Amino acid sequence: MAENPTEMKTGLFDRLMRIDRRVIFVFISVALIVPLFFNVSQRIQVSPEVQMLNDAMSKVPDGALVLYAMDYDPPSAPELQPMAVAAFKVALAKKFKMVIIGLWPQGPQQANMAFETATHDPLFKDVKLTYGVDYVNLGFQSGNEAVIQKMGSDIPTTFPRDYAGTPVDQLPLMKGIKNLGNFDFMVNISAGYPGTREWVQFGADRFGLKMVSGSTAVQTTEMSPYVGKQLLGLMGGMRGAAEFEQVSGYPGRAIKFMVGQSVAHVIVIVFIVIGNIAYFATRKKRGA
Amino acid sequence: MRREIPTAIAFFVGIICIIQFFIPHRPFGTLVDVFSDWFGIVAAFAIWLGALNLLKVSLERSFSKKKTHDRWYGLVVAASFFLIFIIGMFMSGGDQFQVPGSRFDYLYVNIYTPLSSTMFALLAFFVASASYRAFRARSWEATLLLIAAFFVMLGRAPIGDQLTGFMPEGYRLSEVANWIMTYPQVAGQRAIMIGIALGVASASLRLILGLERSYLGGE
Repeated sequence: MAENPTEMKTGLFDRLMRIDRRVIFVFISVALIVPLFFNVSQRIQVSPEVQMLNDAMSKVPDGALVLYAMDYDPPSAPELQPMAVAAFKVALAKKFKMVIIGLWPQGPQQANMAFETATHDPLFKDVKLTYGVDYVNLGFQSGNEAVIQKMGSDIPTTFPRDYAGTPVDQLPLMKGIKNLGNFDFMVNISAGYPGTREWVQFGADRFGLKMVSGSTAVQTTEMSPYVGKQLLGLMGGMRGAAEFEQVSGYPGRAIKFMVGQSVAHVIVIVFIVIGNIAYFATRKKRGA
Repeated sequence: MRREIPTAIAFFVGIICIIQFFIPHRPFGTLVDVFSDWFGIVAAFAIWLGALNLLKVSLERSFSKKKTHDRWYGLVVAASFFLIFIIGMFMSGGDQFQVPGSRFDYLYVNIYTPLSSTMFALLAFFVASASYRAFRARSWEATLLLIAAFFVMLGRAPIGDQLTGFMPEGYRLSEVANWIMTYPQVAGQRAIMIGIALGVASASLRLILGLERSYLGGE
């Protein structure tokens, strides 16, 4: 005897309510991996926060002294490294004098990697930089917000040596830098605590530091209330990185990865829709 | 005295830090600089304490009598700890261990970075699976969350604008997502932040005044 069509439909919806997560994993894998093999470009609409960030960085005069605080580690690098690379490219183009630090132990090494990527861009092959004169990496210092507080009064005692162990008084760039008030601008790339929130509370608010930030996507919602006054611009997640790459004119990995992100988002939404259709179709049966 | 002396230290340091915020001159500014130095030293020791504790737990697990898979994980943690410690401390040029090209940097770039990025990337898969299970229109509030998530997820990817490119300016998905993120989201965040700030201020005052002593341990 043939099965009742209503029962068959309910069975299908029951199955759709309980799709094995491995099926979802396969779809997401394909969505993320396949676009890497194709050179597809997408038009990216620049958000107001990233436009503000780019405008703020453009207004910083050439050759200005800029603090780069890299507060993240490799797990967040897929989102944040493209931001760091693009921010260093802007610095190279505008001949900023850069002081790099990290409140996360891995931050200065991530900065080194981003800096190396930026300097290897063919656009900057003629730019010759001297360590200690054009840029310094002061490394990591433990103490979270206490480090920012101390930098507000005395940077040489907060960072007595750079990341390679050279005393700061032997670095020409550090001569004349006493505290946070000496910096014209600051770029913070942050993955959590300590990061943008602490720089806003202890640096921007207290010492009038003009700053912009790049945050992980999950952290962006917490940082957006600061945009406008304390933060002069904000990049959020890989999308923010791609927008900044586009608006600054230095396309990089984030723009390339946006294709995969687009497809993955669509797949997640399709699964959510399927789940909801199945939920409503089986609601009566569950007695809800 | 085990409780009174730490409470007195917390009171003294807390009060000086508050005063210094309004009067950043001598002696308060100088004192807070000293406290910041001490905090840095204590934080550096705390990192060591955490690392040694991790090592202790891992080694105990590795050599326990229980034959579980965890013992192998513990052994991997301990072996990795010693490997990176020995190479970083003694085989990477001393202070210059982080300089590009050092052995420590080689391990960082070629082992630590890809491994930890891989771990974090797994999140994408679990978020996708969790979204499918959690985003159900079970109630009015859940439906609102679902609608907001729909607009933000599509609007924050370039495909959102491609799908709604025919719409008039201001109504495209990225603009709707930006509106959600700029107004309702920020309003909610500000309320949460103000609530947290009031809570932190009240908890800090309780600590400074010695009303909250649980951080000292014991009963």
